[in-house]
Amino acid sequence: MKLARDTWLIFQRQLQLLLRNPVWVFVGVFQPVMYLLLFAPLLKPALNAPTQAEAYKIFVPGLLVLLAIFGGLFQGFGLIAELRAGVIERSRVTPVSRLALLLGRSLRDVVSLIVQAVIITLLALLFDLRVSLVDLLLAYLMLALIALMTSAVSYGIALKVKSEDALAPLMNTVAQPVLLLSGILLPLTFAPGWLQGIAEWNPFSWAVDGTRALFAGELGDDKVWQGLGIIAILAAAGVFWAARQFARSVR
Amino acid sequence: MIETRGLRKSFRSREGRQTKTVDAVRGVDLKVTEGEIFGFLGPNGAGKTTTLRMLATLIEPDGGEATVAGADLRKDPAEVRRRIGYVAQGGSTWDESTAREELVLHARMYGIGKADAHRRAARALDAFQLTEYADRKCKTYSGGQRRRVEIALGIIHEPQIVFLDEPTSGLDPQSRAHMWEEIRRLRADGMTVFITTHYLEEADALCDRIAIMDHGEVVAEGTPAELKREISGDVVLVGLDAAATAQAARLLDGEPYVNKLESVEEGGLRLYVDEGATAIPQILRRVDTADLGLSSIELHRPSLDDVFLTKTGRSLRES
Repeated sequence: MKLARDTWLIFQRQLQLLLRNPVWVFVGVFQPVMYLLLFAPLLKPALNAPTQAEAYKIFVPGLLVLLAIFGGLFQGFGLIAELRAGVIERSRVTPVSRLALLLGRSLRDVVSLIVQAVIITLLALLFDLRVSLVDLLLAYLMLALIALMTSAVSYGIALKVKSEDALAPLMNTVAQPVLLLSGILLPLTFAPGWLQGIAEWNPFSWAVDGTRALFAGELGDDKVWQGLGIIAILAAAGVFWAARQFARSVR
Repeated sequence: MIETRGLRKSFRSREGRQTKTVDAVRGVDLKVTEGEIFGFLGPNGAGKTTTLRMLATLIEPDGGEATVAGADLRKDPAEVRRRIGYVAQGGSTWDESTAREELVLHARMYGIGKADAHRRAARALDAFQLTEYADRKCKTYSGGQRRRVEIALGIIHEPQIVFLDEPTSGLDPQSRAHMWEEIRRLRADGMTVFITTHYLEEADALCDRIAIMDHGEVVAEGTPAELKREISGDVVLVGLDAAATAQAARLLDGEPYVNKLESVEEGGLRLYVDEGATAIPQILRRVDTADLGLSSIELHRPSLDDVFLTKTGRSLRES
C-alpha cells in the first residue's frame, strides 16, 4: 500500500516534469521515424518480401524494441542531474520507499515509451502495416517490460558511476553489441551459424523474435511467451538490483 | 535529543593503484539537548558533514552507537527519518519545479495527505516570506531565497530536530543575518537545531553550545562562553619583524605575567596573559628597553579561534 502510494507520488512528479517539457518525447521518436521513412523502403527488395507491408511486419517490431532499449538505457543521465541537484539525497532522508523512488521514475519512462511506440505504429499503419489489437497490446507489454528493465538498469548504473562522462561510453559499449546481436535491423535468419549461436544468448534477440511473431499474427508461437517470460524475469531482476542502489548510500 | 558514543566512519579512496583508507570520523561522543542550537565548528574536511550524514541515516556508521530523537540510529533508521529533518549543504531543489511543488512533494514523501501537504506548504511559504515567488521555478530564485526554500523543506513535517549543513555558506552578509533569524525562530518554535559551520562568528553568535571538530575528532565541547573561559585571560599580539621576534621571545618568556608565548608565522608574538590591561604596559617597557622596533600591539579577548588554536595548534582562519 505504502509502496503503491509512494510510487504514484514519484510517478506523478516525474510525469509532470516531463509534460512541462514534452519536446523530449518527440526528440526521442525522431530517429526511429527517420528509420521508418528513409531506411524501411529499402527493405522490400532487400528482404525479398512480397509486399511493402510484409517488410514492415519484420522491420517495425525490431524498431520498436530498439526504441525501448535505447530509450530506457539513456534515462540514467536525467538521474545524474537529479543527484547533482541534491534531489535524490533529499528524498533519501524521508521515509519514502526506496523501491518507489526507482519504480516511479521507470514507470514514467515506460509511459513515455508507449506514447512513442503509438506514434511509430500509427505512422506504420499509413504504410499499410496491419496488426490485430490483441497482438499489438501484447507487443506493447513486451516493450513496456523492456523499457522497465533498461531504464532501471540505467538508473542503477547512474547511481554507481555518478557522472555523465562515465555513463555515456558505458551505455554505448553495452548497447552496440546488444543491438547488433538482436536482429533488430535485419532478421538473424540471414546470419551465419556462429552469429546465430551468439545471438541465442542475447535476451533482446528473444524479445525481437517474440514481438515479430506478434506482428505476424502468430499469437500461439512459442517465441511469444518465451520472449515475454525472459524479459519479465530480467525486468524484475533489474528493478530489484536498481532499487538496492537507491537504498545504498549515494551522494 | 541526540547522544552518540564512539561514532566512526572511514572511506576508502583510490590514488592511482593504491587504495587508501581515510578515517573521516574517529569516535565521536556527543550530547545534544532538546531545544538548543548546537553547532559543529571546524575546518573543511574535519568530518562535520560525515557525522551529520550518519546521524541523518544517509550513510551507515562503521562503528559506535547513536540515539537520535529517541530512536536507535543503527537498529531503527526508518524511525529516525520520521523524526528528523535534514538540509544538505549543496542544495536540494530542482530547477524546473516551483517552491510550492517541492514543498508539497516533500511533505507527501513523509506520508502526509494531499490536502494537509498543501496547507503546510502554504504556511511554510508564508513563514519564510516566499509566497510571492511560490509558483515560480526554483531556477529563478536568488541564493538566499533558494536556501530558505531548502530550510522550509527540511522542517515541513515538523521534525523534533533539524540538521542544517553549513546553512549560511555562500550567502551575502544580509542573507546570512536573515538566516540566523530564521534559525532562532526554529528554536523558539521548540525545535532542536544542529548546524555545522566553519564561521567562528556564526558559532559564537548563533549557537547555544558547540563542539569543535578537527581531523574527525571532537576536541572541545561546551557553550562558547565556557570554551573561551577555558583559555584563561587575554591574548596580546605583539607585531615585530622576524629578526626581532626571536629576541623578544627570549626577553618575555620568563616574565611572571606571561602564561604562554607563541611565535606568529609572519613575525611577532602571541602572548597569553591573565589581564591584558596590566600586562601591556609591562610588555611595552620590556620591548622598548631592548629597542626591538615594535610595529603594533593588539589586545584580544579570547575568541573561539583561540580555543581552536590551543586545542589543535592551528588557526581556524588559516585551515
